[in-house]
Amino acid sequence: MKTETIPPVTDLPPPLPPKKVSPSRIRWLRRRRALTRFWAQFRTNKMGLAGLVILLFFIGMAIFSVFANPDRLDPTITTNGPVLAGPSWAYPLGTDRDGISVLSLVVEGSRTSLFVGLTASLISMVLGSAVGIWSGYRGAFSDVVLMRVTDAFLVIPWLALAIVLAAVFGQNLWVIIFIIGLTSWAGTSRLVRAQVLSVKERTYIERSRALGGSDWHVVSRHVLPNVMPVIFANTILTIAIAILSESALSFLGLGDPLHVTWGTIIEDAFSHGALSLDKPLWLLAPSACIVLVVLGFTMVGFAMDEIVNPRIRER
Amino acid sequence: MSVLSVRDLEVTYSTKGGDVPAVRGVSFDIGKGEVLGLAGESGCGKSTIAGAILRLHAAQTKIGGAITLDGEDVLGLSPGKLRATRWTGASIVFQGALHTLNPVQKVGDQIVEAITVHHMAADKEAYVRAGALLEQVGLPPRRIDDYPHELSGGQKQRVMIAMALACSPSLIIADEPTTALDVMVQAQVLKLLRSLQNDLGLAMLFITHDLSVLVEVSDRLAIMYAGKIVEEGAATEVFHTPVHPYTKALAAAFPQIGDPRFRRHPSGLGGDPPDPQHIPSGCPFHPRCAEVTDVCPEIDPQLWEAGAGRRAACVHAVGAPAFEASQP
Amino acid sequence: MGTQRYLLGKVMQLVLTLFIVVTFMFFLFHVFMPGDPVQVFLKQAGAKYTPAQIEELKHRFGYDQPIFPNQYVQYLKDTATLNLGYSTFLYPGESVTQIYWTRMGKSLILITTSTIASMVIGVLMGIYGGWRRGGRVDNSSMTSSLVLYAMPEFVLGMILLLIFAKWLKWFPAGGYDSRPKTDYTGLSYVADVANHMILPWLTLMLAYLGEFYLLMRSSLLDVLGEDYITLARAKGVREKYVLRHHAVRNALLPTVTLIALSFGFILGGVITVEIVFSYPGVGLLSYHALQNRDFPILQATFLFAAIGVMVANLIADLTYGYLDPRVRRA
Repeated sequence: MKTETIPPVTDLPPPLPPKKVSPSRIRWLRRRRALTRFWAQFRTNKMGLAGLVILLFFIGMAIFSVFANPDRLDPTITTNGPVLAGPSWAYPLGTDRDGISVLSLVVEGSRTSLFVGLTASLISMVLGSAVGIWSGYRGAFSDVVLMRVTDAFLVIPWLALAIVLAAVFGQNLWVIIFIIGLTSWAGTSRLVRAQVLSVKERTYIERSRALGGSDWHVVSRHVLPNVMPVIFANTILTIAIAILSESALSFLGLGDPLHVTWGTIIEDAFSHGALSLDKPLWLLAPSACIVLVVLGFTMVGFAMDEIVNPRIRER
Repeated sequence: MSVLSVRDLEVTYSTKGGDVPAVRGVSFDIGKGEVLGLAGESGCGKSTIAGAILRLHAAQTKIGGAITLDGEDVLGLSPGKLRATRWTGASIVFQGALHTLNPVQKVGDQIVEAITVHHMAADKEAYVRAGALLEQVGLPPRRIDDYPHELSGGQKQRVMIAMALACSPSLIIADEPTTALDVMVQAQVLKLLRSLQNDLGLAMLFITHDLSVLVEVSDRLAIMYAGKIVEEGAATEVFHTPVHPYTKALAAAFPQIGDPRFRRHPSGLGGDPPDPQHIPSGCPFHPRCAEVTDVCPEIDPQLWEAGAGRRAACVHAVGAPAFEASQP
Repeated sequence: MGTQRYLLGKVMQLVLTLFIVVTFMFFLFHVFMPGDPVQVFLKQAGAKYTPAQIEELKHRFGYDQPIFPNQYVQYLKDTATLNLGYSTFLYPGESVTQIYWTRMGKSLILITTSTIASMVIGVLMGIYGGWRRGGRVDNSSMTSSLVLYAMPEFVLGMILLLIFAKWLKWFPAGGYDSRPKTDYTGLSYVADVANHMILPWLTLMLAYLGEFYLLMRSSLLDVLGEDYITLARAKGVREKYVLRHHAVRNALLPTVTLIALSFGFILGGVITVEIVFSYPGVGLLSYHALQNRDFPILQATFLFAAIGVMVANLIADLTYGYLDPRVRRA
């Protein structure tokens, strides 16, 4: 066989010009590009858009309630509207047993209901993600211990725990928020851990550690950005659950007496015989708000889940 | 008469983003006992052909052309007849990735399913036959009671092959059967396939992107690009003396150990396979072609004569008509 | 055998979790609760006791012992023998266990029958909806499932109460039976109870139906994309058979796991629904206990609820083990 002359090694490509763009700027640009891509996909999802519209409406309502609710509720003031009136031009949704317009109540309630939902799920997200990331990344003993704790919390029936905690620690808005956060972080933790486990297998993690990256570096720079989308989609769904939880707690009479939420309106209506007196609007108006807001968050959450989750499904 | 005859096959997927023409006019024949290798990069349409032969695509997928299996027009079969033809006329060995076998069902049950669905044997007998099939592929018959997760990758692939033989088909379609396996196991499975094919006189359509594998296994070779066949002929000839520049690039991409040409740089092929919804004008390969000429973006290449028993869809083929560039 | 090992493992997990729960309860009620438990009891009872009598009470309840290990061990022992103390305010002096016993059955019938019905119907509909994706049944079921999911159980209960008890007057507005107004016995009593139970039953059934539908449908759609489904079709297997024996059998696995996660929520729902319909089960009992801060009863609620969820989870785990051979490592 004729041996050919070995071709000379081609020259290495010329060195790159010095970078004019800082790494943090690149990160920012990359993130913005990812967001635009996400929004382009989200826009095509009808369910997600419908949910978003609903949410914007109620967020608008909540903001409005901060600045401009004309019948701004002050427990020491009683208005002189007719008691338990039906719908009319002055009171589009009727009035409650104190003569206060149900519409004002509902608008006022939107603020605290949304606030509790958002804050509680924030706590849940932070706690759940921290546990999930630590457990998934560390593995071994921490994983076993943390997962046992998570399982215990998953098994504990949330309302029973909430009742007990509220009975012991009192009925205060922050207690409620804390309780809801405490009873919902376990689900997030399991989800985040699963995601971390799948990310951990990827080679750039191995490379980063081989290059000497500390745990904190690897987690914040590599693990977290890949787990964030899943966390975010899950948090939206958690907000929905948090709002439902708050309404149940308020219905049991555990709500903060100084704040109006949709749940407290329902509780007030129910325990003062709105059903037997056939004044359904007082009950149904805040109920409809809860249903719509939870629907909104759920639809947005499902839509995000479709985009974020690597499922090969044609929709 | 050939076992499988495909004429002008066109397969177009309907997706949210529009129609995707995965296969754009493919014709070939496979005779009894013959092995046709079908090679190409991912996305060139070769797996789509496998699905089309047994009409496994979704209802919205548009299939045009003619597929004749054992003399029957597959595309015109009624649903009942189609189900009867599946597996008895032709069977498929899929890529042995994670979930090709039902994870909650015993392996033996899955083989027996193929047998009983076609009424080839009753229950007890079917299990005996399943055991015999496993033996044929080199597994102990008692493995029929195992679940898929209790088998290794190579063993699962053997089960797939045993299942494919269950109804004594005329044609076996092997769709990337060795891709997910490591090299040693790959060699074993290939050897098995070849000996079975020989012993049983089966016709086989062997689909893969790994050209070196095909050369060992196939009698004839067809290279696909962008939904069409761009070269075909006897396997060794196509591999060692390729005519179409794409085949040349594919063959060159597999380095031979010891050959000094491959000492320093493995030669690859720049660029990506074209998006089926945006196929380049003229010859779809021209943007990446090392031997591109001026006429290439304009002509529509057909499979022209390129030697004895060889055809290639390229202007450089011997039998290609002379073209004039429309612009100097 | 692998199955036995799996079962044993799950039971041990249950015991361990129960232990954690009881310990948690101990910390909550005997360590963290603001104020001495005896003081709390006295404040509620509103009586005035001499310091000597207070000491006597402390001694009787064991609060003069050191917390670790004496009180803790005693607590564990008491819990294990279902000696759960005495009601302080609701039914003063009565044994908590006794109070629970009379009401447990009513709630259990309600919960178990409605949950099973909900699961069965939800799963079957989910299979159909996933199989015929985009069809009329699927689309309408999707919408109604989402709405049901978004509705708090008590809201659903109140709506059903309004429509069927108040306006249509088809069913009574609450309670368990029509005594003392009537005194049916035997079969007519059963019918009377059933008549009262229908609305709360329906509420609980519908409340979680949507979620189960969505879960099953989603799992099925995931499974239908797998290669072994294509393989089954390629083998010439009929579509119905592919669905039943290949798709559903695999799709049930994640569904069972996810359904198990909702048991805690179902128990919460029972409490609120019993309130809406004044159904005299343990939910309503807990509500009254809450209003009166009757801690022994509340503790018992928590304990039984936790046990209930754990047992349900155990059943779910066993079901999963039956369905998925991969966890029964031989």
